Amino acid sequence: MLTTILGLGATALELGLISSLTVLALFLSYSMLNVCDLSTDGCFTLGAAVGAVVAISGHPYLSILAALCVGMVSGFITALLQTKMGIDSLLSGIIVNTGLYSVNIAIMGGASLLNLNKTETVFTKARTLLAGTFLSSQYRLAVVILFVALALALMTWFLKTRLGLAIRATGNNPDMVKSSSINPAFTTIVGLCLSNSLTALSGCLLAQSQKSVNVTIGSGMVTIALASLLIGRAFMGKGSIGKRAVGAVLGAFVFRLVYTIALRFNLPAYMLKLVSSVIVIIAIAGPYFKKRFPEFKRVHDASKGGGNA
Amino acid sequence: MLELFDVCKTFNAKTIFEKVALDHVSLKVNDGDFISIIGANGAGKSTLFNAICGSFLTDSGRIILDGEDITFKPDHKRAKTIGRLFQDPMRGSAPGMSIEENLALAAGHGGWLSKISKADKEAFRERLSLLGMGLEDRMRQPVGLLSGGQRQALTLLMSTFNPPKLLLLDEHTAALDPATSEKVLELTKSIVRDNRLTCLMITHNMQSALDLGNRTIMMHGGRIIYDVSGDTRNGLEVSDLLSQFKAAAGKDLDNDRMMLV
Repeated sequence: MLTTILGLGATALELGLISSLTVLALFLSYSMLNVCDLSTDGCFTLGAAVGAVVAISGHPYLSILAALCVGMVSGFITALLQTKMGIDSLLSGIIVNTGLYSVNIAIMGGASLLNLNKTETVFTKARTLLAGTFLSSQYRLAVVILFVALALALMTWFLKTRLGLAIRATGNNPDMVKSSSINPAFTTIVGLCLSNSLTALSGCLLAQSQKSVNVTIGSGMVTIALASLLIGRAFMGKGSIGKRAVGAVLGAFVFRLVYTIALRFNLPAYMLKLVSSVIVIIAIAGPYFKKRFPEFKRVHDASKGGGNA
Repeated sequence: MLELFDVCKTFNAKTIFEKVALDHVSLKVNDGDFISIIGANGAGKSTLFNAICGSFLTDSGRIILDGEDITFKPDHKRAKTIGRLFQDPMRGSAPGMSIEENLALAAGHGGWLSKISKADKEAFRERLSLLGMGLEDRMRQPVGLLSGGQRQALTLLMSTFNPPKLLLLDEHTAALDPATSEKVLELTKSIVRDNRLTCLMITHNMQSALDLGNRTIMMHGGRIIYDVSGDTRNGLEVSDLLSQFKAAAGKDLDNDRMMLV
């Protein structure tokens, strides 16, 4: 029993941490820059596809770098559409997402599925590297924790630099950014480049972890990540930037844990996306109803009391 | 210092909503001028500021600031030398960020990847204490928690942290209660004086238009219809301004917020 629970926890931790990189990406674009980046799904798959293809060609370490770079390019295009070409930010994401579907299949050589079973990945490299040490049984987790810790530290540091502050202000009050002699188009571009490179890294790690890439690997990621982000916000509230970033990672883990437990109770695997949708609805609509509750109550009381209230 | 040559701007040109907002406006502002601008609703006062700040490209004409032609310079680049305050106190600062983070962006010291240094914090604290609002002890609090008057005072500090060549005040005390408005106006005067700023101020208060500064401009229908300074101005009263308006515009001055006393 205990080993089952521990096993479940470890799986949830690994998958949660991998997707937490996408949650951190949304933390930057959605919470900081106030842009709902709908190219996330396509970008996640892009990172997975590029990472897989580069790994198959025999360069497991380079695959990480390649994923980061293509993610950045994808983010750059999304940002360019909305800052320089007059396309609405939601629409920019949708357009890039649609375009990426073709790009991703092209990268995978026309196939919709790639197998990494016999491919050297960062995970197999880590297994060889860590063999014989106390980490040998948890080599997968070690790899993921390393990446997440690095991303978390960089994110917290970055958001306190002048550029980071400018990015936060862009989501908060773009007029004020302009009057500080900073071009909000520039901060939006930088922010989306960084967030999308994280999303692609997340996809790359998931593909190498599960040893396969499907062209639909990223579908629904934006909602799953958003759900995790909002769960994290519920835990951490409105604390410091560092605390909120940790909350994002924590949210990703909690989301996975709840989902993994639900699977044990025979919830079919295909329900994951519905669950994430419902969580996002509750997390956003909940506070809205809570705020409006006094009004509802007054209307209700008035109708009951014959309109005297 | 600031010169406008024949600046025109028409909104919704060639439609039934066509509105001539600036009609061949020429203006020469001298170094150290403090000019108050009055006029009815829709006279083109804020549009004039928008043209100077670069919120839009003018249809024709030239704008020269300190010898540099800024007609085609983008707004965020002009912001380096032109500070601006709006009527809405929420417009000049980021509510979700702390006071010191807002100030750090306004100060703009260091490279992109530099952090707020101890020296920066000391400088912020010193400047904030000049406001006399106790904000120096709340530097880590989000700006969204401040009152309208405190936020406007902070915005004033932010836009003059690196003294600009030109400060534009667009009825910046109009949304504040009388006591706070008075306080922010006093702060404005002392900051303008200490930094010897050249300043243009739109106001709906006719009396303070005459009390403040060294020159008064009246606008109507996108044109400057009256420009007074020196001895002539010293002898003016509010009633004189009103009759000047009637003589130049051919009708009474109507502005729903205009204060005549």
